[in-house]
Amino acid sequence: MRVTELAERVGARYPHIVVARDEATLTLDRDELLGALGALRDDPELRLGFLSSVTATDRPGRDPRFWVAYELYSLEHRHRLRLKVGLAEDDASLPSVTGLFPTADWLERETYDFYGIVFDGHPDLRRILLPDEWEGWPLRKTEELGGVNTRFHGGAFIPPVDRRST
Amino acid sequence: MPVERLEGHLTGRTAEESEEELKRGLLLTSLDKAVNWARKQSMWPVTFGLACCAIEMMAAGAGDYDLSRWGMELFRASPRQADLMIVAGRVSQKMAPVLRTVYDQMPEPKWVISMGVCASAGGMFTNYAIVQGVDTIVPVDIYVPGCPPKPEMLMYGILRLHEKVRTEGHAT
Amino acid sequence: MSQHREADVLSTGEVRQETMVVNMGPQHPSTHGVLRLLLELDGETVVTCKPIIGYLHTGIEKNTEYRTWQQGVAFVTRADYLAPFFNETAYCLAVEKLLGVEAPPRAQVLRVLFMEMNRIASHLVWLATAGMELGAVSVMLYGFRERETILDIFEAATGLRMNHAYVRIGGVLMDLPPDGLDAIGDFTAMMPGRIREYENLLSRNPIWVERNAGVGVLPAEDALGLGVTGPVLRSAGVDKDVRRDEPYCGYETYEFDVPVREAADCYARFELRLEEMRQSLRIIEQSLERLAEPGPVMIEDPKVAWPARLEVGPDGIGNAPSYITHIMEESMEALIHHFKMVTEGVSVPAGEVYVPVESPRGELGLYVVSDGGHRPYRVKIRDPSFVNLQSVPAMVEGGLVADAVAVISSLDPVMGGVDR
Repeated sequence: MRVTELAERVGARYPHIVVARDEATLTLDRDELLGALGALRDDPELRLGFLSSVTATDRPGRDPRFWVAYELYSLEHRHRLRLKVGLAEDDASLPSVTGLFPTADWLERETYDFYGIVFDGHPDLRRILLPDEWEGWPLRKTEELGGVNTRFHGGAFIPPVDRRST
Repeated sequence: MPVERLEGHLTGRTAEESEEELKRGLLLTSLDKAVNWARKQSMWPVTFGLACCAIEMMAAGAGDYDLSRWGMELFRASPRQADLMIVAGRVSQKMAPVLRTVYDQMPEPKWVISMGVCASAGGMFTNYAIVQGVDTIVPVDIYVPGCPPKPEMLMYGILRLHEKVRTEGHAT
Repeated sequence: MSQHREADVLSTGEVRQETMVVNMGPQHPSTHGVLRLLLELDGETVVTCKPIIGYLHTGIEKNTEYRTWQQGVAFVTRADYLAPFFNETAYCLAVEKLLGVEAPPRAQVLRVLFMEMNRIASHLVWLATAGMELGAVSVMLYGFRERETILDIFEAATGLRMNHAYVRIGGVLMDLPPDGLDAIGDFTAMMPGRIREYENLLSRNPIWVERNAGVGVLPAEDALGLGVTGPVLRSAGVDKDVRRDEPYCGYETYEFDVPVREAADCYARFELRLEEMRQSLRIIEQSLERLAEPGPVMIEDPKVAWPARLEVGPDGIGNAPSYITHIMEESMEALIHHFKMVTEGVSVPAGEVYVPVESPRGELGLYVVSDGGHRPYRVKIRDPSFVNLQSVPAMVEGGLVADAVAVISSLDPVMGGVDR
């Protein structure tokens, strides 16, 4: 169905919905998240049963600081919806959706790895892309881009002029 | 910042000494020449393709730019059977210890070609995740720039390495 | 009865079972890149399988936040390095959606043309490596032979064989070279015969069938739950293709079929990808007809368009000499405009979008957030290989170790996209 109709139907139950650039974005509290996902999947006109992506954005200095975004898609009706949950800086945790969508397993691990957001109820929440002993949450805006010395202990930093071997 | 020199392999000969030797006009014995010729004739690379450069390395080994002209079409999976490591692609922090382990497992004599700008100097990724040049981990003999280097550029680097091996002296 | 037998029977009366934990990768010839599999084996049977990734993590997403919007193309293109045009197109479509502009029609046709050629090139690498990993080494040479023809066309048109940064915000960088249409026409004439060659070599080869049929079965419900898309999902009977379901770049005006199979095993995915190559050739022929008339390839709006005219020279791509004369000698305003557009770049209004495209591996989505400035605020690449790799344990556990290799190559993961 068209985006405006989709927004109306979802908005009847969950009022904080915005349509911009031909896309619908729904903002929720983290307590409503699991219930809403189930309802959106079971509604016969919506059928949003495919989770494409889970990610987060960091807006430091604002409250809420982290915004976790879920991209939902419907195979029957071929429409999309974005769900966003805002999290405060000192309370960056929300329920995991792996019970409803097994695909969220690695997607939530990646979000945890990058931002430090904890997903309660995740079967195996640990780092996935960065080394296991890495400290810090690199994609947060408060972290530096980095890239001067290698962290590997067997390596050493050599000034470029000394690096050649001939 | 501590500066640790990772020297060229083999004999403990420093870069300056090798260059001087070369300039003086090489008095290699025929045994040296024979050994060097054998070493360069079929140098087997270990499969260390990481990212985009690995695809160009595979293209260099495939039919159009044939590496088997120099006896190198056989990429050995086991480092114990290889003498050349072509680090093809960006080395992440997680991969760095693996790189060093594979290098250590290779028997002497061994050489390293750093293929692409990511392996040589970190490339466009000057960030937390990429090692800024594999020569901080292993000693490199030839740097091949490019993003990714065409197979012809890699072949040129390999031929320069063959030259280097051919004209090397030994401390015997 | 000998002493030995008696001792065995007397000990516990049971056979002691032990599983062996074996590490496959990250440096391994058959794991399709730097993928590490932690396999628990009972003899040859895989009991549990845990993929460990992150050995190619490049920090692309963080890096885009420190560069301009235009430079983001060069970063994003290196994520899934076997399908660079798809990464670029998804990113540029997302930024254009935020800006509220559209690239000119000829640019859209060129994007479709290069994306479909990239799809064929990517499937050829899949065929080459899948054959090599299962032991059919000659397929490796065939796959790369055809790929070289495609890469020659890419090089003539964009200056590079891989990671082109050709698709830009507002259009594409350059038009085709003068003999480009003929070269692509020759390629489309030659390719169907080659695909038949691959089928003759592999399709009814008893070893190939034995190693692929019935291996790595992933039924449709499991695949959908795990978020799997692309040929793996279509091999299970689910007809999902972003080109047809959510068209972009004018795909709704092209005639093509989306092949679907029911068997959901490695052999079905093999057949599917060969058929996809044929459908891509159909789309390429249709796009060649549309390229007969000339037209602009970059948007007119000076606040968005890349300012320079570029040319492919003997040492690669660079500013055209006529353009350099124009900015250096003729017009000061043009020089200032060029300087501003290249250093500061486009200014994109605040907002967020998610744009999916159909890459050779599945649904590639770009989630782009802007805060109204000259730099991206957040760029997230929803890579199909990252999500598809989650299904490896489901397909591998209970099978043999050798089947793990077949499964992974049928999944066709590209670790650059997985780790980004």
